[in-house]
Amino acid sequence: MPMDPLSLDYLPKSPTGIQGLDEITDGGFPKGRPTLICGGPGSGKTLLGLSFLLNGARLFGEKGVLLTFEQSVRELSQDIASLGFDLPAMIAENLVIVDHVHLERNEVEETGEYDLEALFIRLADAIDSIGATRVVLDTIEALFAGLSNESILRGELRRLFRWLKARGLTAVVTAERGEAELTRHGLEEYVSDAVILLDHRVQDQISTRRLRIVKYRGSSHGTNEYPFLIDQTGISVLPVTSLGLQHGASAERISSGVDFLDAMLGGRGFYRGSTVFVSGGAGSGKTSLAAKYAEAACARGERCIYFMFEESPQQLLRNMRSIGIDLQPWLERGLLKFHADRPSRFGLESHLAAMYASIRAFSPSSVVVDPVTNLIAVGTILDVRAMLTRIIDDLKNQGVTAFFTSLEEVDGESDMGVSSLMDTWIALRTETRGRERHRGLTVIKSRGMAHSNREEEFVLSDTGVNLAARDAETMLGAGR
Amino acid sequence: MNETGLDRQEETFLLRLYVAGQTPKCIRAFENLKRLCDEHLAGRYQIEMIDLLHNPTLARGDQIVAVPTLVRRLPEPMKRIIGDLSNTERVLVGLDLRVTTP
Repeated sequence: MPMDPLSLDYLPKSPTGIQGLDEITDGGFPKGRPTLICGGPGSGKTLLGLSFLLNGARLFGEKGVLLTFEQSVRELSQDIASLGFDLPAMIAENLVIVDHVHLERNEVEETGEYDLEALFIRLADAIDSIGATRVVLDTIEALFAGLSNESILRGELRRLFRWLKARGLTAVVTAERGEAELTRHGLEEYVSDAVILLDHRVQDQISTRRLRIVKYRGSSHGTNEYPFLIDQTGISVLPVTSLGLQHGASAERISSGVDFLDAMLGGRGFYRGSTVFVSGGAGSGKTSLAAKYAEAACARGERCIYFMFEESPQQLLRNMRSIGIDLQPWLERGLLKFHADRPSRFGLESHLAAMYASIRAFSPSSVVVDPVTNLIAVGTILDVRAMLTRIIDDLKNQGVTAFFTSLEEVDGESDMGVSSLMDTWIALRTETRGRERHRGLTVIKSRGMAHSNREEEFVLSDTGVNLAARDAETMLGAGR
Repeated sequence: MNETGLDRQEETFLLRLYVAGQTPKCIRAFENLKRLCDEHLAGRYQIEMIDLLHNPTLARGDQIVAVPTLVRRLPEPMKRIIGDLSNTERVLVGLDLRVTTP
């Protein structure tokens, strides 16, 4: 009987349930085959393997067995608890079995031939007792330290991976990164279906975790290095730019929170889900506009997350109160969330990851980043641009309105080349005339709407952000 | 004969041999062990055979990875020797039966 050609092309996947990883692997790890995860010490191999296993049991109804050669059940439970998993409870519910294989070379004498059949029996017994379909071996190469006969060991490892495949088990094998080869003991020779490399580097005292799919036989996959983050919500991998420009475009308009600005934007404000960019020099009013926007979003009953890379939340609250914006009630009602970080605390990728995680957890309809330019402290302009592209893509896909501020040293310059990504670009500038500083606002562009081409002068006062009184005395350019 | 040797004369050896079915390796290990015990431990040893194919849970419970594995349960401390026990000298050292200082 001829085979269905489609069945040959289709490689079934086992979803990892790890944010982002399933996207770049086009569905997860290869089902019924082993996947190798390698990386240096502390690169997150064990946590990634364990997340795959526990997500399988928790989200996909696939039970799992972990053979751990290095850490005890107690140590693992403590480590994984920080990612929100209750390992002892899952063991008690027979969702997973954890078998700690303890092997000390100096406690064992070797004489003559042997094989690792006992390990197979152990694994098979655990698998059969709960009907497991996922297996994690962490890290099997500890056998090389525990047993001295390498030729027996290599033969048995080959047999083990054949055995896993024959039983149709989806396995994850972790291994220490080697110098010349991918892994210290050349495990990639046995596990060749999918290989994932984890990396944890510190550059300029900033640490970044990255993940790369070295190999994925029979499947399309992303080939870049992807940043990933391990935090209290688990592991998240950040796919670089998403699939294309498929995001929908909303026709709904939302207020900028500033009446005269809404008027300049065809009388109705921004498009929902669009990307707004406010550039300007120091003290030109960027944060005030951002706070106004956040306030307006919350006043509509929508959630807004505000990333600040310059001020602390307390500073921002105090400063904004002075111009009549009180954000405190929105914080208390849970509509507004502040996320403050010093840019140098993490690497750029980790920032992106942390921002993603916050956005995912809060699911806001608006995101404010104030200012994006501070991120240049931790990356090059090119990196920041790439990162912004990712954030913007992601937010657009979700229909979230994004509001970025950007500090400019010289008016009109150094927009980091990101202005082309923006739907609306508002430029602020200050000008000293006589003995007074004046603030001007221009809508440089706003896609899809008729907008004002005038530069308007505005003032910050205890009633907020308002157009300067338009009389001959104070009009921009009139002088005094 | 030194003191250690004398003490050893009094003790009974409780030995466990873990195997997985009747494989040549396992049969060889049992034969090697029996011969060695008859020579060095006549009348004061017990050998218990555990076939992991019939008692798979014991592999995990007793931390067995390889077969054959010989475990000296008594006298304490517990000792482990893996392999078909073909090297008698090493088995004797492993069981603390070979007094290393003459």
